[in-house]
Amino acid sequence: MSIRGAAFIAGAYEHPQRVIPDKSLGQVHAEVAAGALADAGLSFSDVDAYYCAGDAPGLGGISMADYMGLKLRHIDSTETGGSSYIAHIGHAAAAIKAGKASVALITLAGLPRQMSGNLVMEGGGAPEDAFEGPFGPTVHGLYALAARRHMYEFGTTSEQLAEIKVAASIHAQYNPNAMLPKPVTVEDVVNSPMVSDPLHRLDCCVVTDGGGALIVVSPEIARDLDRSVVKVLGHGEAPKHTNGGKVDVTFTGARWSGPAAFAEAGVTPKDIDYASIYDSFTITVLETIEDLGFCEKGKGGEFVLDGALQAPFGKLPFNTDGGGLANNHPANRGGMTKVLEAVRQLRDEAHPAVQVPNTQIALAHGTGGSLPTRMGAATVILGREDA
Amino acid sequence: MTESAVLPNPAPSIDPETKPYWDATLEGKLIIRRCNACGENHWYPRTMCPFCGSVETEWLETAGKGTIYTFAITRKGLGHYGGVGPYVLAFVTLDEGPTMLTNIVECDVDALQIGDRVEVVFHKTEAEAALPRFRPVA
Repeated sequence: MSIRGAAFIAGAYEHPQRVIPDKSLGQVHAEVAAGALADAGLSFSDVDAYYCAGDAPGLGGISMADYMGLKLRHIDSTETGGSSYIAHIGHAAAAIKAGKASVALITLAGLPRQMSGNLVMEGGGAPEDAFEGPFGPTVHGLYALAARRHMYEFGTTSEQLAEIKVAASIHAQYNPNAMLPKPVTVEDVVNSPMVSDPLHRLDCCVVTDGGGALIVVSPEIARDLDRSVVKVLGHGEAPKHTNGGKVDVTFTGARWSGPAAFAEAGVTPKDIDYASIYDSFTITVLETIEDLGFCEKGKGGEFVLDGALQAPFGKLPFNTDGGGLANNHPANRGGMTKVLEAVRQLRDEAHPAVQVPNTQIALAHGTGGSLPTRMGAATVILGREDA
Repeated sequence: MTESAVLPNPAPSIDPETKPYWDATLEGKLIIRRCNACGENHWYPRTMCPFCGSVETEWLETAGKGTIYTFAITRKGLGHYGGVGPYVLAFVTLDEGPTMLTNIVECDVDALQIGDRVEVVFHKTEAEAALPRFRPVA
């Protein structure tokens, strides 16, 4: 059984603010939900399935269902960090196909600029905590472990990683809500302060408040809506962990989630017109591009040169909203915003300067947790309504 | 030359499954878990073998030596490491096989290389446990 064509994204909404000092977390979840429902032309009373992850306050999705007054017949709080919301799309499509849901709401929200962020991974009772937390594993330190090994094995350079930030920043200048709207150069990135060597400050994503939401609906509901909808073509997800101590930090879970999504969609990397690729750090993008099959393993550093990632005419236009690297990374989780920009591209609603002409098929990939230890990975492939 | 910072020694949480491991650290021994069914050594230590599912595992004392698989030089830490730096977070591959997260200490952070040989040192915490860190082999 495949989910290809079983569900459509009918509503998408990104909170416009990046710093929200005056609202509660539940309030921001509800605001983005209302925004996505309005975009679809639906209302809270139409929602019969709700999906959220660890950023939602309370017990699974139940507290937010209470806050928003939802009456549900399906609920899923799959938590795989920043990749959760992309996994939720696949789960919602499967539930719709099985007849267990018809209008699914997915929300993400966070206020990390107001609360202490989870930028240090000292643990929360997991069996590995005692063996990792005492050694000072910051998120940037962990990703730097991956960057240095990738450099060692494949000759990747800081300048190549910087090209990824440069492309994101060039896109961000067209986004009036972007946290960092000013284009930067390779020199700016490699001359920015070292955070965890070999990663510089500008190799890192922004820390923002905010959120986003999606409405995934059945084909029957989609038909009756006025709004242009986006077809869910395929999905894959795969956790990656330390494999009993046989550690390899040079690849991500995209090595497994990507092929599953491509197979279900019946397309290959060559068919992708636009890609939203999770960008917690520049190295996250580089390894993911390789693992999704856009180039050979180890060749990511060469692939990103010469404006390859820059819209509209690069060979793989990516993150045209500015991505997590320059626009938005609400709740320290970037999976939702990855889908939102892919939906804009497929609706021809990206900024004209970065709209990829005639986008037929787009990919959105999410990463969660920590790449070199335990990470979630989820890939979704989306197409135009008639794809 | 940049000397690595003096590190805090946060206490690990200890449970019945891992108490023998932490007890060994107090005697200056780094022990791991070995599976008698499939012969694999694993990290972090647990009763069930993550490779074959057997619970026929036992403790194995290592020589406390290994090789740097990769490392990061964090300029300023967070949490227990708030304000501490520079310090080295690293994956070290033990001679017995598994790769573990740790710190490299007593080193010139500018001179470290992937592949460097390292040996374990133990730093006592407030709990009944010491943290296994590694220093370059002289």
